[in-house]
Amino acid sequence: MRGIRTKAAAKLILKDGSVFCGYSFGASKSTSGEVVFNTGMTGYPEAMTDPSYRGQILCLTYPLIGNYGVPAKEYSCGLEKSFESGSIHIRALIVSSYSELNSHWSSKKSLGEWMEEFCIPGIYGIDTRALTKKLREHGTMLGKVIVDNNAIDDGTEAAGYHNRKFEEISKSDLVSEVTVSSPTVYKPEENKKGSKAVILVDCGCKNNIIRSLLKRNITVIRVPYDYDFNSSGYEFDGIFISNGPGDPKMCRDTIRNVRTAMEQETPKPIFGICLGNQIVALASGADTYKLKYGHRSQNQPCIEKSTSRCYITSQNHGYAVDAKTLQPGWKEWFVNANDNTNEGILHKTKPFMSVQFHPEATAGPVDTSYLFDRFVEML
Amino acid sequence: MKKPKKVLILGSGALQIGQAGEFDYSGSQAIKALKEEGIKTVLINPNIATVQTSEGMADKIYFYPVNAHFVEEVIKKEKPDSILLSFGGQTALNCGVELYKEGILEKYNIDVLGTPVQTIIDTEDRDLFIKRLNEIGAKTASSCAVKSVDDALSAAEKIGYPVMIRSAYTLGGMGSGVAKCEKELTKLSEIAFAYTGQILVEEYLGGWKEIEYEVVRDSCDNCITVCNMENFDPMGIHTGESIVVAPSQTLNDREYHMLRRISIDVIRHLGIVGECNIQFALNPESEEYRIIEVNARLSRSSALASKATGYPLAFIAAKLGLGYSLTELKNSITKKTTACFEPALDYVVVKVPRWDLKKFKKISYEIGSGMKSVGEVMAIGRSFEEAIQKAVRMLQVGMYGISCNDVEFDDIEKLIRNPTDKRLFAIAEALKRGYDVDKLYSMCRIDRWFLHKIENIIKAEEGIAGYKNRPEKMPEELLRGAKALGFSDKQISLIVSAAELDIRKIRKAKGILPAVKQIDTLAAEYPAMTNYLYLTYNGTEDDISFGKNKQVMVLGSGAYCIGSSVEFDWCCVNAVFALKDMGYQTVMVNYNPETVSTDYDICDRLYFDELSLETVLDIYEKENPEGIIISMGGQIPNNIALKLHDYGARVLGTSPEDIDNAEDRHKFSSILDSMGIDQPEWKELTDISKAREFGKEVGYPVLIRPSYVLSGAAMSVARDSQQLESYLKKASVVSVEHPVVISKFYTNTKELEFDAVAENGEIVIWAVSEHIENAGVHSGDATMVLPPQRTYLETIRKMKKISRMIAQRMKINGPFNIQFLAKDNMLKVIELNLRSSRSFPFVSKVMKTNFIRIATGIIMGKKIHIPKLSLDLDYVGVKAPQFSFSRLKGADPITDVEMASTGEVGCLGVNYNEAVLLSMISTGFRIPKKSILLSIGGPENKHKLLRPVKKLLDKGFKIYATDDTSKFLNSNGVKAKMVYKAHNEDSKNSVLEMIDKKEIELIINIPNNPDRVALSDGYVIRRKATDHNVPLITNVQLAKAVIDAITGIEIEDIDVKSWDEFKESY
Repeated sequence: MRGIRTKAAAKLILKDGSVFCGYSFGASKSTSGEVVFNTGMTGYPEAMTDPSYRGQILCLTYPLIGNYGVPAKEYSCGLEKSFESGSIHIRALIVSSYSELNSHWSSKKSLGEWMEEFCIPGIYGIDTRALTKKLREHGTMLGKVIVDNNAIDDGTEAAGYHNRKFEEISKSDLVSEVTVSSPTVYKPEENKKGSKAVILVDCGCKNNIIRSLLKRNITVIRVPYDYDFNSSGYEFDGIFISNGPGDPKMCRDTIRNVRTAMEQETPKPIFGICLGNQIVALASGADTYKLKYGHRSQNQPCIEKSTSRCYITSQNHGYAVDAKTLQPGWKEWFVNANDNTNEGILHKTKPFMSVQFHPEATAGPVDTSYLFDRFVEML
Repeated sequence: MKKPKKVLILGSGALQIGQAGEFDYSGSQAIKALKEEGIKTVLINPNIATVQTSEGMADKIYFYPVNAHFVEEVIKKEKPDSILLSFGGQTALNCGVELYKEGILEKYNIDVLGTPVQTIIDTEDRDLFIKRLNEIGAKTASSCAVKSVDDALSAAEKIGYPVMIRSAYTLGGMGSGVAKCEKELTKLSEIAFAYTGQILVEEYLGGWKEIEYEVVRDSCDNCITVCNMENFDPMGIHTGESIVVAPSQTLNDREYHMLRRISIDVIRHLGIVGECNIQFALNPESEEYRIIEVNARLSRSSALASKATGYPLAFIAAKLGLGYSLTELKNSITKKTTACFEPALDYVVVKVPRWDLKKFKKISYEIGSGMKSVGEVMAIGRSFEEAIQKAVRMLQVGMYGISCNDVEFDDIEKLIRNPTDKRLFAIAEALKRGYDVDKLYSMCRIDRWFLHKIENIIKAEEGIAGYKNRPEKMPEELLRGAKALGFSDKQISLIVSAAELDIRKIRKAKGILPAVKQIDTLAAEYPAMTNYLYLTYNGTEDDISFGKNKQVMVLGSGAYCIGSSVEFDWCCVNAVFALKDMGYQTVMVNYNPETVSTDYDICDRLYFDELSLETVLDIYEKENPEGIIISMGGQIPNNIALKLHDYGARVLGTSPEDIDNAEDRHKFSSILDSMGIDQPEWKELTDISKAREFGKEVGYPVLIRPSYVLSGAAMSVARDSQQLESYLKKASVVSVEHPVVISKFYTNTKELEFDAVAENGEIVIWAVSEHIENAGVHSGDATMVLPPQRTYLETIRKMKKISRMIAQRMKINGPFNIQFLAKDNMLKVIELNLRSSRSFPFVSKVMKTNFIRIATGIIMGKKIHIPKLSLDLDYVGVKAPQFSFSRLKGADPITDVEMASTGEVGCLGVNYNEAVLLSMISTGFRIPKKSILLSIGGPENKHKLLRPVKKLLDKGFKIYATDDTSKFLNSNGVKAKMVYKAHNEDSKNSVLEMIDKKEIELIINIPNNPDRVALSDGYVIRRKATDHNVPLITNVQLAKAVIDAITGIEIEDIDVKSWDEFKESY
């Protein structure tokens, strides 16, 4: 029968027992993870390769996905040009309507083909709004994606997955899965050193953080998240702590190293983004907590407290800094205009600062890219 | 910034092509925003049918032309401290610039709220605009501002053909177009220079993607983009003529945010405070872009963006104008989160323009860089296919969706290459015939993604067709899939050869029902108590619960088109207000983004969805209201009244069976006959020879009309037997369900309108208006006077008697309108509308009694106070039509049985002359000072105008006249200089030459017998006048009224009075 294609059924089962039925695309494979939603309307290749999504099943609230396909894998300065890392980090993608037929001058393959390449399953035909509302009400939930080409309840492989336990993502050390294995140096131009050098602590760094620094003529020394940069042989002018997945408190070594750096007599400038913000906070003695369902979108308004200016930011985090626990010497830099959660902290006298949102964008608005300039000026 | 105390708001005047009801919405929001602050508001807007000019809106309302003279008069009188210029479209903006340049704002010490005037000038003057953008390196199309045709030609030489012509200070791209060669450029630029002193010759970007952003900036420099939109039709087609999708579909993150960043940079640099719209061209094969234009005001796009996102742009812009920052304002949907954010959509919105081209004679159906559409629809869905199929049905032009339409295509490739209003259907047909997407892309440059989606619909249709004659066998998955792709029950029924209601039954039996979803601006991230809703089959769960008591559904008016415009929206909004006052919960259904009724603040629940039987029933069955009010939204809800009733839905007001008795021409005429009420001779048509016989018997012209018509659609006048035959062939196509009736068409009689409300068959309130033009001009194109000035009391008494009889016979319970012909105290009934009519707002406002509130009370069976009205007023109201012929290239600017006006104004005056003059000026008429040209067909018309023309001569006007007219005038003692008509060998001393030389300020051209000659002199003169923006009058009674007014009073002598100052004095 032409017209409506033969569809392979797939479903998402949440820990509370609710089931969302749809059809499979991408890899024909079952999986599990923590189900989160993102309300951004563009940028699925960027989001899916963002290491902060490690271990998560991503539901996109914008209903039409795959429209512009996926670009070719090209490199510039040793980084994938159109992606935020070398692979897809989400466990599965949940959408309402999927466009296998895509259209864009930069498109090299369909989203489904790309996901198949990385063995990532997707489900379309889901009422993603209903799912999102559930996640909003109950908070982020564990879930399983069950893909079966045959009937769903035939008691075979799919049934096996049914019986499997929900994987407790927050217990796993996600950062160790996404960090670089050994230090890597990036130069703004080949064989040419930047004006300054920065240690980038990679907790699951998005490529655009590195690009944003390179663009400002900075040499980037990307080190594993638990790397003791304080006593390494590298010469550097500042420390940058990247974004990354999961609970910041799991990054004990990173927190300790940052604290050591802060305690230097003439400390080097420190800047953190997202997980980096939480790590800077924890290192300074403040506390963090898990948000009910996190901020994952490109339209989060953040107010800079000192100027009252509001910026639209891109975000992707499930944990936040508890501003009430900030230690003397520290103050809140940005707050979220919608729910007043912390969006950045600043040391009153020392060159330490960090933000919860993503000034590097990709995906999302670029309004706060000026913060990279701020950091570079401090070096 | 100090808070203003009294703010003057400029409205947009009549609805016209390029400037429609969206400004009623934006102005109403501005008024609301100011009132909340305790600021007094003064509004100038001659559009009497708007919500913003209603009681309870602005504190003071002036029904006067929006021009510098009258605005200054109002300023003198009201002494406002501030003014809002950006809520009344291009009309208000142009007037604001003029007030500023003439120093009037400074003279009276008036602050401009929001965007400074200099910024407006920077964006409106193409040269300045480009200069300002160059300052920050923002790219614009290479272009050259020129002031003469010669300069235009040399600029084009430099840029290279084809070039794009644009003119400064115009709305909807008037006077713009593409020139492929010198000849075309000469012609185009000549027309453009008739409207403006400066035009722009630009690099042509045809085929590039066209993208828009709506940007908001506050005085603290916070800046957000509320929405972006992508045109389905690439560059080369005006955005008002394009199908538009929100958000963009084919832009990746880089492109989306690159253009977003540029938008913000530009808006900051220009210094806009409030809202503006920026348009880009984006190369479909790279990241190259050009900025096309910036509109430093609320626009059609901003109204669309407001409705598409739920972000109330006009309201916020007004608050920002007062000096608030975005962070100080709340998101009015969540009431919790800040207004300083960018909405995330979890649905897709498709806007489709509504054209009405067949209403115009001699017009080209091609669409391009100038605007021709008269309205638009907006559809919301969770798949593109769902949204676009809904949108196509919403147009109410007889299409069932993308497929299953009965359209014939002569040359499908031509239709795809040279876009017309039918291109979308031609594309669907081509896909059906096996054209592939790449080939189509090469022909139309519509992004392949969109074409693939249309292909999906075509493929699904093939799947459904496999169940022809056995729809009950359709698998659930297939039917569900079809619904998710936007197929209506009716559409499916056509594919499988079943009845629409059978499909409904099958579908419901399988549990396939639409889900109700909220528009909440944040894609469900935050809880929202919003009442802004749509239906989708791409969803399994309703966002809201049902079962509230005391709910009433009101069906809206759909897209603006010729014959249905802002007046029906006024009726709907007032019905909703009345219901609220009576303690009902209101459920509104409408899909026109340019309306106030689709502002989610107006009702308790707004369904932004179709007004089809299927959708209304789906909502009805979910909401289970006490009933449905169908008499407020004009003809669209009227058309489904009987079907709703037959299905068992509770239709409130006059019984749908009686509505059918009025709408079915055969039934209605028979009823009149049985009651002994006179009407034009009529006959139900059986065959052509009998029709010819009838025509011979009663004499031509005759009127041919199928039932259920609005504004003369498919209604035609035949002037001889030959025309009768050809029309009959056409008419029989559109009248399958209802027989065609022909009747004698009277032209030389007066026409009167009776607007009234009845309660259980008894009239409780009524008003009579008289047409200035004799019968023969469609009632929607006629100039109406209330109270009547030339009608015998005896005639009025008779009208009342007949109306009373009809009200009783039809058991009318609610609003209705009867049209009468009157000659020597003899009355003939020509039409009965058992619903509110176009003139209800006019009548309500002149009589200062809201007929709709009374009607709504009666419909709900409430006891209400009904004031005693009298036609003995101390003032006169005149409602005048607004035509948009200047935008409709080639259209013959003439009034006829087919309605052609796109809007109307209504002004009050202390006497008839004043009201006539004010309403004429409000429609763009410029009062001549020196010279008038007359070209009057037929001896009778010449005689009728002899005395008025004498008055002009006495007043010192120079009279020019064509051949016969000048002979007639001169031989009757009126000195007139003869000028040649159009067809004159050496074109010297011709009307055309005089128009070119700007030597004529008014042309009165009365055609003796319209549409006889295809390219008559008269047509050429009228068209030339229209293209060169010379005021034109084509009706003899109107000419007389206008001449009386011009010679009777001086503009300077008119004292402006607010609406409430016109009152009875005993």
